[in-house]
Amino acid sequence: MSDSSTSTALVMTTRTESSSEPATLLSPLTPELYRIAGRRVEVGDVVTLALESPSGQTSSAFAHGQFNMITAFGVGEVAISISSAPGAPGPIEHSIRDVGAVTHALCIAPIGATVGVRGPFGTNWGIDDLEDGADVVVVAGGIGLAPLRGAVRDLVERRRAGRGEVFVVVGARSPGQILFAEDLEEWRRSGAHVTVTVDVGAPGWEGPVGVVTSLLDGAPFDPDRSAALTCGPEIMMRFAARALADRGVDPLRIRVSLERNMQCAIGLCGHCQLGPLLVCRDGPIVPFGGTADRLFMERQR
Amino acid sequence: MDVGDEAVIDRGGLDALIAGLRSTGFRTMGPVARNGAIVLGEVAWSGDLPLGWRDHQEPGRYRLEQNQSPELFRWAVGPASWKSEFFSPEEVVWRTSTSDGQVTLTEPDEPAGPIAIIGARPCELTALEVLDRVLRGGDVPDNRYAARRDDAFVLVAECGTPAGTCFCTSMGTGPSAGTGYDLALTELVESEHRFYAQVGSAAGAEVLAQVSHRPVTTDDRSARQAVLARAEAQMGRSLDTEGLPGLLARNLEHPRWEEVAERCLSCGNCTLVCPTCFCSDIKDVSDISGAVERQRRWASCFDLEHSYLHGGPVRPTTASRYRQWLTHKLSTWWDQFGESGCVGCGRCIAWCPVSIDLTEEAAAIRATDGAVAAGEGRTS
Repeated sequence: MSDSSTSTALVMTTRTESSSEPATLLSPLTPELYRIAGRRVEVGDVVTLALESPSGQTSSAFAHGQFNMITAFGVGEVAISISSAPGAPGPIEHSIRDVGAVTHALCIAPIGATVGVRGPFGTNWGIDDLEDGADVVVVAGGIGLAPLRGAVRDLVERRRAGRGEVFVVVGARSPGQILFAEDLEEWRRSGAHVTVTVDVGAPGWEGPVGVVTSLLDGAPFDPDRSAALTCGPEIMMRFAARALADRGVDPLRIRVSLERNMQCAIGLCGHCQLGPLLVCRDGPIVPFGGTADRLFMERQR
Repeated sequence: MDVGDEAVIDRGGLDALIAGLRSTGFRTMGPVARNGAIVLGEVAWSGDLPLGWRDHQEPGRYRLEQNQSPELFRWAVGPASWKSEFFSPEEVVWRTSTSDGQVTLTEPDEPAGPIAIIGARPCELTALEVLDRVLRGGDVPDNRYAARRDDAFVLVAECGTPAGTCFCTSMGTGPSAGTGYDLALTELVESEHRFYAQVGSAAGAEVLAQVSHRPVTTDDRSARQAVLARAEAQMGRSLDTEGLPGLLARNLEHPRWEEVAERCLSCGNCTLVCPTCFCSDIKDVSDISGAVERQRRWASCFDLEHSYLHGGPVRPTTASRYRQWLTHKLSTWWDQFGESGCVGCGRCIAWCPVSIDLTEEAAAIRATDGAVAAGEGRTS
């Protein structure tokens, strides 16, 4: 029987400290309040927000490729992947493309503003489970580089320790839309193989023009000992994953990041169903072999 | 009195049982005949139950008629399901208030008093257990749903009069009570009007012990068996579940999806009456003062917006949305939750305005397993 007769006022900063509150009164759809501690315009329509909890004790307990649900108060909530690396000190970063009402509100929010955060949610890239000596091919299209950024940073560190090469293949719409250009340069300087292609060139662009799969053909990785991580438009992932498998990479070691409408992120709302999967619970990152390979082929699923 | 015990009570005993539950703070809710349908309402005594009413259900058709029968449970299921009492069609998750620049989120209170269900059908209790697996069985449970279910008292009424749309025997959910109830009653009318009671929990034992009851006789036992046998014999429909999840999973391009889409209005009635459909929209709403409310509301996979992704809906056609609904109920629910999402209550058949019958749709696909619509099927 319920013994609740009084209103449960939650100043969210004290929520986790307040052990006397019965946990059953706290909805999993209620976010923590975070503060925008930093804001950086990446390229035209992408902004990176650095978020910190009011206590300053921002949790970095997430895994590469996981996402948070971010609330722009009064507008709504949206799933955004974490673009910083786990364990890194300071605020956690989310890189957001301005494509809808909520992402627009987040992109224009000023430093100091309050946003809601729930998470982290979802499966991860699994790079901590890679055996020594395994090379990693990372294929990203557009904003798909955001959930891979933290992983690549740590893969570059892993390479420095002599535990495996890193190949990063990035597709962007145009040279002006290349996300995290400074990071790409730093990874390249650190010894990662970084290549970038664009859909449409521009004056001064001397790099390749075309789809990412064309860069995979020439990338000097050894498929027998490679794993692959890919995130981007579904059609890009479909062709990239198949190209990697055709090169000889084990399809079970190719991971893709699925996307569906997500509203609760905890397997309750049903929106993110993709055939047998609840993408928030069973994904977003799933193996290509045996899972995404089949789902990519099913129309309107 | 213990779990597994049986006894017989009369209508006065049922009234005492309801009164006993009410005296300990329960809101006693049950089936009531209202506006031409059996829906859920407050049941303060047995006279609030659908006395003498019976239902007639066929695809796209639901009618009630009343006669002089003393029976309270001579009907199958109405359009309302117990889902709505535990998982609200519409609820506020939290509200904001702001003072001195400090945003505070407040979660609303629960309504006072736990629910006592007076007369859920066995298929309906199974439906609640299916919902349990979804809404409280995962890593992050819906805390409100879980608390309401924990607190609830469940009295099941075994089924003696299935409708033309019923197929619980195919799904293994009725007409007899399975598990998970506090008390199960079987209404018996031959020779005397009485209820065969089975105790399913300590709470049920406690409630039953407090009302006037007598031991069951051989006659009572055979009368109950006769009621259940009659119910099984009168089951209006059947669904062949043999290999059904796999059958549907391999027929995603079957021409039947386009054919049913010619009839389907994509209205979502089936999802609203379904006792296990659990989809919800989560929307933030603000008012002119700047206060914000997060609302959660039942949603339907037949809505175009349900699958919206930047750029448009993933399932833009009625065929894709009907396929999503049917394959989820009968196939991918097994992948997601390890069981069927359909309990065989037949509501979706009766309340479909164009009489679409999921048992018929599944049978049509089975009859032409492997058919592929012209021009469909990807090769690359």
